[in-house]
Amino acid sequence: MDHLNDISETLQRGDHLRVAELTRKAIDDGTAATEILDHGLLAGMDVVGRRFGAHEIFLPEVLLAARAMKAGMDLVKPLLVSGDSPSRGKVVLGTVKGDVHDIGKNLVGIMLEGAGFEVVDLGTGIDAHTFVDTAVAEGARLIGLSALLTTTMSNMREVVDLARSGEHDLKIIVGGAPLTQDFADAIGADGYSYDAAGAVELVKRLLEAA
Amino acid sequence: MTVPFLDRVAAGEALCGDGAWGTQLMARGLEPGDCFEAINLERPAVLADIAARYVEAGAELITTNTFGASPLNLAGHGLDERTEEINRAAVAAVARAVAGRAFISGSVGPTGRILTPYGDTDPAEVRRGFVRQIGALAEAGADVICIETMMDLEEARLAVVAAKEAAAGVPVVATMTFNPTPRGFFTTMGNTVEQACAVLVDAGADLVGSNCGNGIKAMVELAASFAEHAPVPLVIQANAGLPEDREGVLHYPESPEFMAERIPSLLDLGVAVIGGCCGTGPDHIRAFRAAIDQRRVPAS
Repeated sequence: MDHLNDISETLQRGDHLRVAELTRKAIDDGTAATEILDHGLLAGMDVVGRRFGAHEIFLPEVLLAARAMKAGMDLVKPLLVSGDSPSRGKVVLGTVKGDVHDIGKNLVGIMLEGAGFEVVDLGTGIDAHTFVDTAVAEGARLIGLSALLTTTMSNMREVVDLARSGEHDLKIIVGGAPLTQDFADAIGADGYSYDAAGAVELVKRLLEAA
Repeated sequence: MTVPFLDRVAAGEALCGDGAWGTQLMARGLEPGDCFEAINLERPAVLADIAARYVEAGAELITTNTFGASPLNLAGHGLDERTEEINRAAVAAVARAVAGRAFISGSVGPTGRILTPYGDTDPAEVRRGFVRQIGALAEAGADVICIETMMDLEEARLAVVAAKEAAAGVPVVATMTFNPTPRGFFTTMGNTVEQACAVLVDAGADLVGSNCGNGIKAMVELAASFAEHAPVPLVIQANAGLPEDREGVLHYPESPEFMAERIPSLLDLGVAVIGGCCGTGPDHIRAFRAAIDQRRVPAS
């Protein structure tokens, strides 16, 4: 387990080159991809997520850790697809219409992939129809909406309303700096998370309860 | 304005800033995602209208509609080649409306990029962009350069350095946006008030402070923290609270009266410029100015 701890701690320090090196070595030594993911990469991101939630570290440290996570994931992912780890479900992500900010959304995407979800990332400036149509076409059961601007967060309601207007059984979660649980409740979303780690827990809870 | 901005601040006078522009523009039909700065060229009369309302409400500094007018922002709308034109047009529109009744504050917002090593944007490119934008604002006649809503202290520092280079002699205001946490106030990038004061003043900022992100109560706390750490005068521009969704309409909860009741606390802390950010309008500014004016009348 020491080498997995190494991966976790190196990831927490945000050293993506070293994480790739250690991940490659673990794979070559015959460690199962799921072990590397769960006890190395995700374990590291979990600590980063908790420290971010506690305001001990901030966006720069999270960005470096996420880059390191991605460096490890890129090596582990091909092994997972051919292995025995079925997808936990498909999720559509995007930043709402009028907003180009994508840092938080990208972090959530990386974390969800790490946790075993398939992620369809639509990018930024996405209108309500694109969100819902894509979710339906892709067979996704959950849409994650992001907004950084107080002026664009109101566009989230459109997506919720549209998703509820059809026969679709779609869960909608929201996140972004100006958002609150109250806001999520007011627009009828199924959930809100303050940070990316919380978003993963939320998605698990919503999809696995369904 | 016969007495220069910095002289009035140095004399210990508190000045009333203006309120929000983004929410005012949206009330006049702009949609999130539109290039808010494109209207500087297309519909300058809209800017003159907002500026005139703020002057009539008592604002003594009027902001230009150039928050997102660095070439790095404008590139997203294919308008980066028109950076100088867009910034000059914004100053000209405000100048026409205020006709010398208020200082023109040239707004400079964040580029929205993440600088290396955390992101992929070269800091030198950001600095060059600010030099172009601020140079145009100063050349067109801005009385003050107002660097605002910054969340990354390094980007804010680059903007102050750019202002010193491109607008020598023009006073520089630098304000950042802080999030309240159980461990105190931090910017999104993790900068503290103390760090902001040290770095921005060292870079040459003439006034420092905070705008956006908080309602008036948290802003009074932030002002107290700035008063403790800043060796220069302060600027505070609060939101009218944090927006709430009311049946699909975004509502900013803090009324002009609610906010104005707390203006004396800011004056007690020696804040030199008091204005509003998101959700504040002419009615808020009228109430702020009344609260400031009460202090101007010598006690008898």
